[in-house]
Amino acid sequence: MKLTVRLMLITLTAALFLSSPAMAETRVVLASTTSTQNTGLFDVLLPAYYNWTKMKDVKIDVVAVGTGKAIEVARRGDADILLVHDREKEDAFIKDGYGKDRHDVMYNDFVVIGPPDDPAMAKAATDAVDAFKRLASSGAAFVSRGDESGTHAKEKKLWKAAGVDTVTLKSYLSVGQGMEATLRITDEKGAYTLSDRATYYVLKDSLKSVVLLYWGDPALFNQYGVMAVNPAKFPHAHYDVAKDFIAFIAGPVGQKVIGGFKDKAGHVLFTPNAK
Amino acid sequence: MNTIINGLAKAISLILSFDRELYAIIFLSLKVSGLAVVIASLIGIPLGAVCALRRFFGRGVLVTLLNTFMGLPPVVAGLAVYLFLSRSGPLGFMGLLYSPSAMVIAQAVIAMPIVAALTWSAVASVDARVRETALTLGATPMMAEWRMLSEARLSVFSAVIAGFGRTMAEVGAVLMVGGNIAGYTRVMTTTIAMETGKGSFELAIALGVVLIFVAFVVNVLFRMAQGRGMTV
Repeated sequence: MKLTVRLMLITLTAALFLSSPAMAETRVVLASTTSTQNTGLFDVLLPAYYNWTKMKDVKIDVVAVGTGKAIEVARRGDADILLVHDREKEDAFIKDGYGKDRHDVMYNDFVVIGPPDDPAMAKAATDAVDAFKRLASSGAAFVSRGDESGTHAKEKKLWKAAGVDTVTLKSYLSVGQGMEATLRITDEKGAYTLSDRATYYVLKDSLKSVVLLYWGDPALFNQYGVMAVNPAKFPHAHYDVAKDFIAFIAGPVGQKVIGGFKDKAGHVLFTPNAK
Repeated sequence: MNTIINGLAKAISLILSFDRELYAIIFLSLKVSGLAVVIASLIGIPLGAVCALRRFFGRGVLVTLLNTFMGLPPVVAGLAVYLFLSRSGPLGFMGLLYSPSAMVIAQAVIAMPIVAALTWSAVASVDARVRETALTLGATPMMAEWRMLSEARLSVFSAVIAGFGRTMAEVGAVLMVGGNIAGYTRVMTTTIAMETGKGSFELAIALGVVLIFVAFVVNVLFRMAQGRGMTV
């Protein structure tokens, strides 16, 4: 039995020793969307920020969950910075006093993805709402994010404008997952979905059976905004870091990094447009 | 089929080339689950032993509860820990959400009932004459109880292994309370889930292989410890 005790003590000490955190570090939570995370934007943006900032020992922890959840996380006080894409929810967040210092950061657009034979004829749609009407009347399968993300919010708006109640759709699959997973499910099922262009481009090579079918309607514009969690609401929020990060991402250096961020084929994934 | 074979080949080269990202993730997984199981054992083993060795009010209910929570879905544990640790929750002032500490807490919550319930069943099945004999030979009641626990040590080891296996394999709770933050709270299971979603299967397969390997090594180590334990 002594051995057990000894083994345990050794493990415990080792574990405690190994887990002692670097005390000087300030960890700041940036709640964001799956599209920004999984395109790899943060992999270039964060190092550039660390290089740019004069703040010492700051670490930005990106929690990528989709816009709706990201805002919810921030409303509970569990984030310091938001980078999301749903203007309505963002404005409500600020109006309710949870956030401040909102800036436009960048944009891309939403695109309709589907099977190349395009049974719904989405390709021939006159505008985005018409495309969604065609999807509904064709009875083709549609995969929805179903996770209250910015993309999901846009999709719901389009169904509404098309006068379609998704409950009545025969093959409407609400999967409750991030953009990549949703695109993969769409691909496996040969279905339709609404995606942001960046995530689609990054995944394009590995998608077997779906292609880009409809885009270009101004209604599909996809604006990303950054904002700080209001320290008046949550005194523990790292507002100083948030302000510093916003100055970076909406400033010339951050904007240049975003504009230079491309996929393998050389497409610009997010167009910087901070004022 | 090609994906699987290519993935396996790349996985092996990642493992053999000591890829830094891969090993950081493995190390964090071991650290979080290891620490969680140590905490779970420090609470669970005494708790299970006391339930088996002593009579007290509510013992039956407690054992039933432990057995119930043994099957606690990790996401439920994750949800509970999330709500407690969130800044808007009762323990929010500690600022632990989205940190490895939060993951340790969640996994300890998952592992503790497993360790306790299995310890209870192990100690309860030890022949009661062990205690009686020890008492006859002049042992104090405490010493006699220690004898009982000691008789059950092999099964108690198994209880700890079971707890560790459960925490290593678990994905829901660590994802909720850790947030899957790159280089900070990203462990093997959350990486596998994420990389599969992204369609980059190499890292996912590599980690899958490592998970199986870790389970194997842990079992071998514990078997060795058990082997020695028998001669103590």
